[in-house]
Amino acid sequence: MDDSVPAVELRSIGKSFGTTVANRDVDLVVARGSIHGLVGENGAGKTTLMNILYGSLQPDRGAIRLDGAAVRLRNPADAIAHGIGMVHQHFMLVDRFTVLDNLLLGAEGGGWLGGARRARSELARLAADYGLVIGPAAVIEDLPVGLQQRVEIIKALFRGAEILILDEPTAVLTPQEADHLFRILRGLAGEGKTIILVTHKLREVISVTDRVTVMRQGAVVAERVTRETDEAELAALMVGRQVTLRQTRTARRPGAPVLAVDGLRVIDATDQALLKDIALTVRAGEIVGIAGVAGNGQSELLAALAGLIVPASGRIRLNGEDITTLDARARRRRGIGHIPEDRLRAGLVPDLVAAECTILGDQREKRCSGKLLLHHDAIRAETLSRMRDYDVRPADPDLRASLFSGGNQQKLVCAREMAQRPVLLLVGQPTRGVDIGAIEFIHRRLLALRDSGSAILLVSVELDEIRALSDRILVMADGAIVGELPPHSDERTLGLLMAGIGAAA
Amino acid sequence: MTAPLPAWAEYALLPLANLVAALALSGLVVLAVGQDPLAALAILVEGAIGSQEGIGFTLYYATTFIFTGLAVAIPFHAGLFNIGGEGQATLGGIGVTLVCLPLGGAPLWLVLPLALVAAMGFGAAWALIPAWLQARRGSHIVITTIMFNFIAATLLTWLLVDVLIAPGQSTPESSTFATAIWLPTMQAMLGALGIAVSATPLNLAFFIALAAGALVWLFIWHTPFGYEIRVAGLSEGAARYGGISVERVIVLALCLGGACAGLAAINDVMGAHHRLLLNFTAGAGFIGIAVALMGRNHPLGIVLAAILFGALYQGGSELSFEMPKLQRELVIVIEGLIILFCGALENLFRRPLGRLLAMAASITKTWPS
Repeated sequence: MDDSVPAVELRSIGKSFGTTVANRDVDLVVARGSIHGLVGENGAGKTTLMNILYGSLQPDRGAIRLDGAAVRLRNPADAIAHGIGMVHQHFMLVDRFTVLDNLLLGAEGGGWLGGARRARSELARLAADYGLVIGPAAVIEDLPVGLQQRVEIIKALFRGAEILILDEPTAVLTPQEADHLFRILRGLAGEGKTIILVTHKLREVISVTDRVTVMRQGAVVAERVTRETDEAELAALMVGRQVTLRQTRTARRPGAPVLAVDGLRVIDATDQALLKDIALTVRAGEIVGIAGVAGNGQSELLAALAGLIVPASGRIRLNGEDITTLDARARRRRGIGHIPEDRLRAGLVPDLVAAECTILGDQREKRCSGKLLLHHDAIRAETLSRMRDYDVRPADPDLRASLFSGGNQQKLVCAREMAQRPVLLLVGQPTRGVDIGAIEFIHRRLLALRDSGSAILLVSVELDEIRALSDRILVMADGAIVGELPPHSDERTLGLLMAGIGAAA
Repeated sequence: MTAPLPAWAEYALLPLANLVAALALSGLVVLAVGQDPLAALAILVEGAIGSQEGIGFTLYYATTFIFTGLAVAIPFHAGLFNIGGEGQATLGGIGVTLVCLPLGGAPLWLVLPLALVAAMGFGAAWALIPAWLQARRGSHIVITTIMFNFIAATLLTWLLVDVLIAPGQSTPESSTFATAIWLPTMQAMLGALGIAVSATPLNLAFFIALAAGALVWLFIWHTPFGYEIRVAGLSEGAARYGGISVERVIVLALCLGGACAGLAAINDVMGAHHRLLLNFTAGAGFIGIAVALMGRNHPLGIVLAAILFGALYQGGSELSFEMPKLQRELVIVIEGLIILFCGALENLFRRPLGRLLAMAASITKTWPS
């Protein structure tokens, strides 16, 4: 086959949902055997474009050519038949099935006996060719996420994928696992597979891709050869203006301990320990970052500190007062703010309007309600002033929360939790699914709150975020704190600790 | 992804579209029975609102349906489906009777507040047990409230056969209350103002129902308790995060619903029958489900839907008179279809309507003015 014919060619793709334009005249050309990065903020249209290429969505106009031939992809089955595979951010695996069962699931011509034999030999071949080693009998739920992702990739290749789309593949990986993934991707590209990497982590784009396409507001704003560009340029292209990727953090002497936790243990319904003997201190005017791969107890730590789950043992003190047995409302009253990890399931009520969401947790407080009635006018006015202060767009207190963008939803939550100067602020994944502009804003506000003397406990799976904001970094693995590091520690050291390897520093 | 409809479309156009669809399908049923659907519709409308009597009966039925509709709507805002309106109304009737029988000699201004408290208290108490079981034990509210309807019916039968039966009577009914504590009828109230209307069972309870609707509106949308109920109903995670006790919300919302259902007895037992009868609720608790669904759980919508169902009920009995081939059961068919379209198929017209409105909006926008 002629190498000058691109593997994927999208021409003038247009797609609208109602009155919103998701893709406008988008061109994307990907050379065979290359790794092509697709970057852009949330809502820039990357996912829509990839769903069109994977057949999940039909474009309103435009053409798709694969290996030079025009195709119509009516559904994912069409796309798979044309050699396109997709690894979703959230894995599409059956947790209780084995690796082999997952491969066979829905695979064409997979009659149980013959299919299984073919799948086994194919697995062996993939292991030999690309280093994609995995035991066919392993049950998915027993595998670490890095290996689950490998199963997803194998599944796509098993179905004959020549073009592999990966959507935010490193969100759940340690830096070492991510490096391993990139080595595999390089190997696949070397064998002539074509890879499209959708991500918002610019460093990864720079380190692994050959070319990169930047999208903004549904359109392609730039295409670059990766080695001729850098992170700063890509970030500016994505946002449409210069951005500060790292906030300046002034050195500051922390004050007295605000939060003191010792011996904190949380168990689940089956007596498995989710938190093992956690001890930590957060002082006034200090940000303590909790680094770790998602699902290593960070969520439970935040929930236990906020009063949402009851610990099996241990003590939590706030400014010397034992608050272990207090419920969430009583802890709020004592000045604990909480920006929860999942703004759509906890931080906000998507079906309520913004003004109603800004009183969540404070609905019984004097400024929100009298003996009987809510102070609607005062709530509305306060919401509006907070929206202006936190640059929430549109600044409409009567708009349903679900209709704001992710960044603006998060700003609404941040405004509510930070406006009252909490003594202690618990922060979970403050910038997950948030655009760069809002990330910059939220980081600045968190640092300002710290400088004003609040104690902040920050949980994030984004190492850049942890390192940029924290005065101290604690690393969690398997429900325990496995080490403490200064903020300038390098990613390798952090990564080894996160993986549970290496001695505490 | 569907964009939300504007409020007027959500609360007026959509229910109207569902109603029209249900009526059209009912028309086919009438046709299948071999009758003229348009003639049937004319009789139905004429019977319901064609005369003072018709209107009186329509509003009398509507009064009960407002109460039982509110009984479904309040728990619904907490994410709970209260199927127990029938049983809670039955208990309300027992409460009203226990106040009215011994206090026959007392003045109405004293008895009425006591009867209201008894109706609400008995209705709420009947809801408390399923609510507590749901909150503490996770027993599903739909199952338990349905079961409690049967227990309530059995309890009423026992009371009327063995305890409250009027002395020397052979039918299971209580004695008639003293006339001094009958709720004033609309005829009497309007007569006092010099307006003459036909005699119907419509009574003071109609205004109590409207007041209850207004109070429920105030409670749900303007108090922190109503706010907590709505948050818990929409997102349990957000409720727990916001320090709201979901268990308490469950108990509060369901008991308030039970209290509303209990009030239905004020209309039927104290306002119309003036005694406790077997099965005086006559399925009103279940019609309340349809009323709440159609009224989209908003008190204003519930009042309107209750009047519609009152009209169907009243017009339906006219219909079975005029067209003997169409029995009262046809009204149940129509009710069933309305529940089907407003409840189970509520999204059937949502998308097309949304698309239509978006199209209309884009046309008017691009229209040169």
